[in-house]
Amino acid sequence: MTNWKVILNIAKTHLLTKIKQTSTAALGVTFGIGAYITLVSFMTGLNGMLDDLILNQTPHVHIYNEIEPSKKQPIDIYDEFENSMNIVHSIKPKLTQKKIHNALPIINYLNENENVRGAIPQIKTQIFYITGSIEIGGNLIGINPLEEAKLFNMQDYIVKGSAGALHNTDNGILLGIGIAKKMSLDIGDRVQLSPINGGVFPLKIVGFYQSGIADLDAIQSFTNIKTVQRILGEAENYITDINVKLFNIDEAKPLSKKIEQQFNLTAIDINTANAQFQTGTTIRNLITYAVSITLLIVAGFGIYNILNMLIYEKMNDIAILKATGFSGKDVQMIFMSQAIIIGLVGGILGLLIGLFFTNIINTIPFQTEALPTVETFPINFNPWFYLIGISFAMISTFFAGYLPSKKAKKIDPVKIIRGQ
Amino acid sequence: MSIVLESRNINKYFKKPVLFHVLKDINFKINKGEFTSIMGKSGCGKSTLLYILSTMDTDYKGELLINNELITGDSRENLSYIRNKHIGFVFQFHYLLSEFSVLENVMLPAKKLGEKSLPEIKHDAMQKLKILDIDDLAKKRASQVSGGEKQRVAIARALINNPSIIMGDEPTGNLDSHNSDNVFNIFKQLSDEQGLSLLVVTHDEDFAKRTDRIIQMGDGKIIN
Repeated sequence: MTNWKVILNIAKTHLLTKIKQTSTAALGVTFGIGAYITLVSFMTGLNGMLDDLILNQTPHVHIYNEIEPSKKQPIDIYDEFENSMNIVHSIKPKLTQKKIHNALPIINYLNENENVRGAIPQIKTQIFYITGSIEIGGNLIGINPLEEAKLFNMQDYIVKGSAGALHNTDNGILLGIGIAKKMSLDIGDRVQLSPINGGVFPLKIVGFYQSGIADLDAIQSFTNIKTVQRILGEAENYITDINVKLFNIDEAKPLSKKIEQQFNLTAIDINTANAQFQTGTTIRNLITYAVSITLLIVAGFGIYNILNMLIYEKMNDIAILKATGFSGKDVQMIFMSQAIIIGLVGGILGLLIGLFFTNIINTIPFQTEALPTVETFPINFNPWFYLIGISFAMISTFFAGYLPSKKAKKIDPVKIIRGQ
Repeated sequence: MSIVLESRNINKYFKKPVLFHVLKDINFKINKGEFTSIMGKSGCGKSTLLYILSTMDTDYKGELLINNELITGDSRENLSYIRNKHIGFVFQFHYLLSEFSVLENVMLPAKKLGEKSLPEIKHDAMQKLKILDIDDLAKKRASQVSGGEKQRVAIARALINNPSIIMGDEPTGNLDSHNSDNVFNIFKQLSDEQGLSLLVVTHDEDFAKRTDRIIQMGDGKIIN
């Protein structure tokens, strides 16, 4: 028997005649939701950027040969001492080759796995950068520039030159920006490298690399796999590392376990390698949501207060409505619909304000050495935030309206009318 | 003569602050078209009785019949519907929704009832206002009309659903003699011309004397 048209009409009249209070309540929601959208978009944008900083460059599974002592020392195998306590002093790591045995077939095998987006080889080696009589220690990494750019967004960290240029230049090198500064080198110059086992190789600089981590940029450079193999005097199957990128990051742990068992290699998944980083992300998200929810709850109390006051003011109206045949439920619906209208209007305005502010923030310049690709503050324009925002606005106003409206439902008209 | 309202052995107690027997075995009938007034001293329970008869107060013992149907113990929803359809109210203080126009105030119970279309309701409301000679106030806000006019608007609102009975709780109590007369004449006219039943609680002896029947109350009982 609820006649919505009449109820909404009464609710509308109440709201419009008390436009000041209505807009105060709606503004509470607007600011709550607007701040939530701004905060959550900005914070997750920053989080996403920091995640990308690590995750884009980091392989989901990193496979290499770990230098470690044998788990079983010879004495453990000897039956005579089986039941005695053996102490071995000064254990040395086992002498193994740095290269991954049968690396190329393993790469092919991994690339056939349907979870794997790509598995690419790398060669890591220590070298010296030679300038005049000064030798600077450093790392040289042999890569497939094009695949590296495709899978690990390498291009984002090349501040001058390109991955393609490295691919096309036979004796090219992508020099870390720190070394380039130290040695006053520019694109087109030559830099001389010396591997640990001797010899000097001049390489042509085709670009600069800046990871954002200054210590790393002061030692690390990239070149083609073949160039490293030539410098080290190794064969074409000499590969020290395999980096795997997956479609789904959650597959990293099981896959790394499987690889360790299957190939007797060390395989580190991204979650293990960056555990503290993950913790940081989780805590930042937690703070974001805690602050947002606080804002929304405060807005909810604002609505609660204003509706409560409205109901005290409208005691006579409630009594008269009940006396002329409106049921308690009708009266409750009148006040509930007011709360929901306030929530909806305030919420939608809040979304617009949030969109407005995030767009402004998105144009504010933000340049830092650590993040070569970022020019403005990062914003995550995720439609889900807007959905959550409006849902929360509706839910909080629903509860803020529910309690006062329940009171209105229970008001005894006789008491009001006789009490005058 | 058909019976519009009947009270059978209605008893009511106030529990706070102390147990107090307000109404003692109230029995009476009101016939269709009768203009009845209830008189009595302050505190004798006449208003309490009226609110029980109006179905708003459900905390009583006994039986209440409207149009020969027992409504004691009905759900609140149903009582609301009965109030809406069968009972019209006029109070001492002219309870109007001050933010709505006069016309909207009159139309509201009919909109709630929802039996007629909006243009029909509007037409009816204008007609009722015309009967009460205040149709020129239709567009004014309820808060902007005078006291006597407000009471007439309240009467028009009470009439809108063509109720079986109109109840008044001191409807002239707050009006000067001119406006009191006016309201009485309107009631009388409605009773005579349209055969409307009226039950009015009043202090005003002149008012009561001119009605068809006076129910005299004292100490929670009907004296005659």
